[in-house]
Amino acid sequence: MILSGLVNTLSVRGAGIPFLAAGDGTFWLPVRASESAGAVDNLFYFIFWISLFFFTLLMALMAIFAVRYRRRREGEEPEPSPSHNLAVEIVWTAIPVLLVAAIFWFGFQAYVDMSTPPLNAYQIQVTGQKWKWTFTYPNGYVDELLHVPADRPVQLVMTSQDVIHSLSIPAFRIKRDLVPGRYSKAWFTAVLPGDYDLYCAEYCGTQHSSMISTVKVLEPEAFDAWMLAHSDILSGLSPVEGGERVYNVLGCKQCHSLDGAAGVGPTFRNLFGGERPLKGGGRVTADENYVRSSVLDPQSQVVQGFEPVMPTFKGRIKDQEITALIAFLKSLSEHAPQEAAPAAAAAGTP
Amino acid sequence: MSTHDATAAPPAVGSENYLNCSHGFRSWFFTLDHKRIGVMYLASILSFFLLGGILALLIRTELLTPTRTLMSADDYNKVFTLHGAIMIFLFIIPGIPAALGNFVLPLMLGAKDVALPRLNLASYHLYLVGALIAVLSIVQGGVDAGWTFYAPYSTTTNTAVVTLTLGVFVLGFSSVFTGLNFIVTMHKMRPAGMGWFDMPLMLWALYATSIIQVLATPILGITMVLLIVERVMGIGIFDPALGGDPVLYQHFFWFYSHPAVYIMILPAMGIISEVVSVFSRKHIFGYRAIAYSSIAIAAFSFLVWGHHMFTSGQSQLMNMIFSALTFSVSIPSAVKMFNWLSTMYKGSIRFDTPMIYALSFMFLFGIGGLTGLFLGSLATDVHLHDTYFVVAHFHYVMFGGTVIAFLAGLHYWWPKMFGRMYDEKWGRISAIIISVGFNITFFTQFVMGSQGMPRRYYAYVDKFEPYHVISSIGSYLMAVGFFMTAWYLVKSLYRGRPAPANPWGGAAMEWQAASPPVLHNFTEEPVVGDPYDYSNQTYDPAIGGYVRRKTEVSDR
Repeated sequence: MILSGLVNTLSVRGAGIPFLAAGDGTFWLPVRASESAGAVDNLFYFIFWISLFFFTLLMALMAIFAVRYRRRREGEEPEPSPSHNLAVEIVWTAIPVLLVAAIFWFGFQAYVDMSTPPLNAYQIQVTGQKWKWTFTYPNGYVDELLHVPADRPVQLVMTSQDVIHSLSIPAFRIKRDLVPGRYSKAWFTAVLPGDYDLYCAEYCGTQHSSMISTVKVLEPEAFDAWMLAHSDILSGLSPVEGGERVYNVLGCKQCHSLDGAAGVGPTFRNLFGGERPLKGGGRVTADENYVRSSVLDPQSQVVQGFEPVMPTFKGRIKDQEITALIAFLKSLSEHAPQEAAPAAAAAGTP
Repeated sequence: MSTHDATAAPPAVGSENYLNCSHGFRSWFFTLDHKRIGVMYLASILSFFLLGGILALLIRTELLTPTRTLMSADDYNKVFTLHGAIMIFLFIIPGIPAALGNFVLPLMLGAKDVALPRLNLASYHLYLVGALIAVLSIVQGGVDAGWTFYAPYSTTTNTAVVTLTLGVFVLGFSSVFTGLNFIVTMHKMRPAGMGWFDMPLMLWALYATSIIQVLATPILGITMVLLIVERVMGIGIFDPALGGDPVLYQHFFWFYSHPAVYIMILPAMGIISEVVSVFSRKHIFGYRAIAYSSIAIAAFSFLVWGHHMFTSGQSQLMNMIFSALTFSVSIPSAVKMFNWLSTMYKGSIRFDTPMIYALSFMFLFGIGGLTGLFLGSLATDVHLHDTYFVVAHFHYVMFGGTVIAFLAGLHYWWPKMFGRMYDEKWGRISAIIISVGFNITFFTQFVMGSQGMPRRYYAYVDKFEPYHVISSIGSYLMAVGFFMTAWYLVKSLYRGRPAPANPWGGAAMEWQAASPPVLHNFTEEPVVGDPYDYSNQTYDPAIGGYVRRKTEVSDR
């Protein structure tokens, strides 16, 4: 909280440190593939050149003194020289103080930028466990590789299922620990399409060094196409199976039971085809159109005895997924014509 | 010029001294003599240095190839854990204070012994008990938690964590006893005429070290006990599955272990202050600044632990504060560096082995200190944290700093400890081989670290292979240097030229004792004076060492 004001004044990108463009790696640093990598690299080289300058200066002095003042014969005594000099000592204390103050400030400034995600960031859930990474996309799609769009801020919301892990993507210059029992966050804007290493940086046991994945940065259009291709959660499934998948993945099961017991919402058992009393009077038959409107506009026809708390799935569910869900509901209801005999689905077990 | 008083002449070999005044196992194992305790400590820590070094060579050999070379992943994890734990808790922390410090501290004060000799012996016995418990963990199959024992990994792994942490717990008491003893000794046993600012800087360094040992080590003890309680009784302190907080463990651990870094480096800086002045034959430059900087480092050392946790989920505010405080600790270290260089200016520099090591220290510690700037700075630390850059940084500080300074001190006081001179030529050659090997080993690790190579990796991505191969070759070169050192040092005990009382021309009081000293250190009342004033001594070629000028002595 104290920082937020400070953060706002500081977080003008490029105000403090000039920005290095994305690009190839150097002798010291790997390829720069994220927006903030440039600031980190600039700071790295700022410290590097200061360090190199002073190290060279000190070692040159050491070498010169070592040669110039070497003892030429045993028993030789040096010329008298002062053993302290307050002015010199103050100067050589003050100069490093100023330099490290500058390094601290630039480092803090770039860090604040790096750790403050924009509000519109695309969120991906990250789970670490011995010894694999799991990346969960907003639509429920799960992958072991991290696919991200270029030029779009991405925020990772991360947690661990066992011990501490740490997500490290050197090409983005980011690293953040995954701590069991809490969420940690990291964000970046990838700018250079390509494949980059993603490591676990916190020691986590036997296969720690195999807990490696890949970040695949795709052009925005390519990412959208990839997402579309991989988000078809019905692929390869019968309509009833697909409907059950939708029921599990989209979160219907949090409120609607399959065993006849009412939860936050009505049970799905024997729902389809039945007559429903509505809140505020009137009745409706639970047919295909009723299900569709309940998913997309839940508040329009609330069944008596339930609160209007269901969120709309408009934009989050595709037409074919609604169709599959309807097939699944039919399979659960004795009011509906049974086409096949989906015993497993009817029993409510996957 | 060659007039000197007779007492400074080398003792006839075989004259009575602390080494030959009594014989037998009990005369050593139950001795109260600080010198014998120091020598026993020295033998013990060098044994563990050998063991830790062999483990290091196993690590480097395993990493020659990107996949399996010698051992399984589990074995590798145990080897690096033991390498770290042994080197830190059994070698570096007791290294300079308990081994060299025990030997020279009373001598530098012109005293007969430390203030509390029985506590001193208890400290050594506890060290042995702790070391044996730690070694027992190897017999039980080893430990794979890393020397930092991060929870909840350390509380859930099925290896011998309890044994090793119990060993560390006991070793902590040993460390506290030594620190306490040194503090009391320096307060109570300074001779008449020696104020605080007349002490050699080695003593200031040991004083600052002792403060940290006494204040910080109990935190480590408590942390280890909590870890054991959680593992044995299942009480949730650190493991979130039991309702604990794993980040709390990191706070506890680094609240000790960052100050512990200065337990390692402060006495090393003390040695360098002695060696640079003596071998430049010039008064140390900026005595008070060096003395104050030791205390400043000890004080700041307690305020920077959070910089180990910049990526662990601390708030931005805490990260900012710890980053700023971390930079503050770099200033006193830089000041010392400038003072040592200024001491060389207009000196008369002799390049004996201790001075070669001191120059090597300034080179390596310079790199170690400056690379700390990359890690103290928040934005760059996020990228470098937990990579080989950090591994290289702390090896430059702990090895390039502490171990190299330990070697400087070992060679500097070796004639005093054992009454023999080692082979100077081989000493210099080995010092150079070790320094070159060290740079080959660890400089490459800076590069692979900043390229992203994470630490504690058994297998690695192919692109890092060339760096690992170069690094491993450097480690073998270092091993050659160490075996040469062991060889000529052991040889010197049997065949070395008898050492004069003052082979290097030191002005601190330990050089007024015979080499080796008698049981009660001094045969006559030592003369208190400026420990960096070399004007009242002169080189005597007949004995190959320095003697006090007779006229100067009678003036006093």
